[in-house]
Amino acid sequence: MNDYLKTTDRYGKIWIWTAVVVVCMVPVAICLYYNAWPEATAVLKGLLGVAPIYWTVGVIEVITYTPMLGVGGTYLAFVTGNLTSLKAPSALNAMENAEVKPGTEEGEVISTIAIATSSIVTTLVLAVGVCILTILAPILDSPVLKPAFDNILPALFGGLAVVYVSKNWKLAMAPLIFMIALFLLVPSLAGSVGILVPVGVIIALVAARIMYKRGIV
Amino acid sequence: MKFHTNSTFLYILAICVIVFVLAQSFFFLIRAYRRGKEIGIDKVKLKKTILSTAVFTIAPAISILIGVVTLSKFLGIPLPWIRMSVIGAITYELPAATSTANALGISLSETITNPKIYSAIAWVMTLGILPSIVLPPILMKKIQGGMIKIKQKDSKWGDLFMTSMFLGMISAFLGMVFADVRSGIAGWIPIFVLLCSAAIMGVCGLLIKKCNMKWLETYALAISMLGAMIFAIIITPVIG
Repeated sequence: MNDYLKTTDRYGKIWIWTAVVVVCMVPVAICLYYNAWPEATAVLKGLLGVAPIYWTVGVIEVITYTPMLGVGGTYLAFVTGNLTSLKAPSALNAMENAEVKPGTEEGEVISTIAIATSSIVTTLVLAVGVCILTILAPILDSPVLKPAFDNILPALFGGLAVVYVSKNWKLAMAPLIFMIALFLLVPSLAGSVGILVPVGVIIALVAARIMYKRGIV
Repeated sequence: MKFHTNSTFLYILAICVIVFVLAQSFFFLIRAYRRGKEIGIDKVKLKKTILSTAVFTIAPAISILIGVVTLSKFLGIPLPWIRMSVIGAITYELPAATSTANALGISLSETITNPKIYSAIAWVMTLGILPSIVLPPILMKKIQGGMIKIKQKDSKWGDLFMTSMFLGMISAFLGMVFADVRSGIAGWIPIFVLLCSAAIMGVCGLLIKKCNMKWLETYALAISMLGAMIFAIIITPVIG
């Protein structure tokens, strides 16, 4: 790591550990203020329903997304959330537009700027939205707009894919065919797409390695 | 203290968290912007990145706001606002709240009035996703070290490695779009939306290249996404 990355890593660690404290202080503050400590068994039972899957997803996501997002981007994106549906696509789109490669210092800078901007805009949209929620809620809840937000992921990934897949179509074929076949055969997996991202990544990497060794790419 | 899911105290708590998130985002934005200038990235390019990302983020951010609306029906506004601003996503927060409610034998059809149930849900939402925030600082050096090694050993393979990772991610989401095709014509709507978005992006690409409309680069992804979302509004009542 060069000096910039080293200091980014140091600052990132300070911010993220502070974030851990801030995040944990929310339920602590609620319990203290309302004198409403829940029963441990209730929390454990609730956790049992989500922790096994989301802890696993958490580990997988950190390993998968850290190389893509870079040091600063990772520390920021994992705090601000909405990784797959917003932060990773925004970093990828920004690097593509700026014609910089992920994994380089230029890529690190552009990815961090994109993720930071995306986090700020999301936070501001949520803040404004919450302030005028009584006016907005009926509009956002309206059945007319529902299809638009139900289809936000295809709308986002369609545009992103046409740029990225067309430039790297040989590398894209194997993971794409596998994923389409998988979802056609097991449609119920749609709810677990987060877990399947690393599967797609592994297939893409294995296929890329084979093609690279054979001089196809 | 009388409990209410929309109390002033909870709003103050939410504002503190939001200020923290904004501070961290601005800190990294300013640092990266300065570093970009130092290593010679054109100022115009840096500003374009900010503008392009800001415009592109608005629609997904509204979608996240819908998540707040959904959760606010039983949790009030402040807690969903906090959760959707830090780490969270509706795909996690809703199951977390439901799982706790089920464990406590209550229904999430109306606003929670018991502070103990509310705090239990807040704890489950927090602890259930903690590895996502605890692991990056622990694993960062190993992962980045591994990436640097790959790049140093063979830079061409290093580039292919990174590209393949992104393609793996895109493939998973493209594949997901095909999940409902066996349920009939309505199941094809996401595919039509995807194709519409791809077509609009293709047209933007042509305009940028052939008509030299370079400015369009900044907005191309936002335009293709919004265009496809409008398309979804039009075709869903017809097909669905």
